Amino acid sequence: MRTPTHQLRQADAASGSPRHVDLPAECADAEQVPADLRDRALASGNAPLALLVYGLLGAFLGLVFTKSQVISWFRIYEMFRFESFHMYGVIGSAVVTAAVSVWVIKRLGLTTVHGEPIELAPKQWGDSRVPGARYWMGGVTFGLGWALLGACPGPLVALLGGGVSVMAAALVAALGGTWAYALLRDRLPH
Amino acid sequence: MSPVQDPWPWYVAGPLIGLVVPALLVFGGKTFGLSANLRHACAAAPVPDRAKPGFLRYDWRSAGTWNLVFALGIAVGGFVGIRLLSDPAAPLALSAPTVAALADLGVTDLAGFVPAQLVSWPALATPAGALMVLGGGFLVGFGARWAGGCTSGHAISGLADLQVPSLVAVVGFFAGGLAVTHVLLPLLLA
Repeated sequence: MRTPTHQLRQADAASGSPRHVDLPAECADAEQVPADLRDRALASGNAPLALLVYGLLGAFLGLVFTKSQVISWFRIYEMFRFESFHMYGVIGSAVVTAAVSVWVIKRLGLTTVHGEPIELAPKQWGDSRVPGARYWMGGVTFGLGWALLGACPGPLVALLGGGVSVMAAALVAALGGTWAYALLRDRLPH
Repeated sequence: MSPVQDPWPWYVAGPLIGLVVPALLVFGGKTFGLSANLRHACAAAPVPDRAKPGFLRYDWRSAGTWNLVFALGIAVGGFVGIRLLSDPAAPLALSAPTVAALADLGVTDLAGFVPAQLVSWPALATPAGALMVLGGGFLVGFGARWAGGCTSGHAISGLADLQVPSLVAVVGFFAGGLAVTHVLLPLLLA
């Protein structure tokens, strides 16, 4: 179902056509719908009504982020100093709620509202000599930025929406970081 | 203060955040995650495809529209939460040791969601502010794509699906965050 990383790299290199490159398998967070169902899922997912639902779910999430103060630089600092349970409570209870939900979805074999099976593709270990290199190296890199900026991508957007305009500079920097990763990707261990 | 303006406790916010995971799965088979948007936004940049790294040449419209709309929703939620449902004058109820540690770093202005002395447009002109906003943003963008996910994609979606690679990434997030909070910030702001 998923193409191994090295095959995709070869495909990247071999094709000059811009639209040829599909979602790489290792970018597991981009799209986890099985390939054979992807087209149908994408068509239904990009319908205006569906997008409205995603927008409303996002607004709900942004509100919860804000009202629980997880968008606060101070709360992130406090978390990394282990001086408050708040952030651990938020993240922990979010994980437990999501885990129980995923378990129920799998257990009952629930489908999407469009009747497609729900599958969560496992994260790939990658082809590096060091297993999981991308996860801990990328993870540490992300963690450094998280504590400096005091925000991860979701809270960054919520702060920007709430008028903390300096986050626009952080967003541009984050896009620069993503572009730099794209340039260096083939030389980084995954 | 009113119940609407008071911050929400972790046991309310966490489960509400966690419920977004099954909502996205059941509605559209989508996996909760936000940092892929940085890639989608780079892929959407108005430059010729041949000027983009292969990682940024793909059909971002069909893959990422839902996710970009989701992020836009978070910005709207942030606006409602910060501008309409928060009391900007009310300081965060940070723990006493955190307040003392911040004072040691010279951070005494605890108003708002970010420390104005460090994360603001004027602070961008200082080495510390530039490192925190621009450096932090860059590392968030670079690290999230390298690790294949951020706090939402790994810490919540990945852990909820009991994915070991996500656990590795989350340990990395914390290792990086602890290094910044306990080593880099004291050096930077001494």
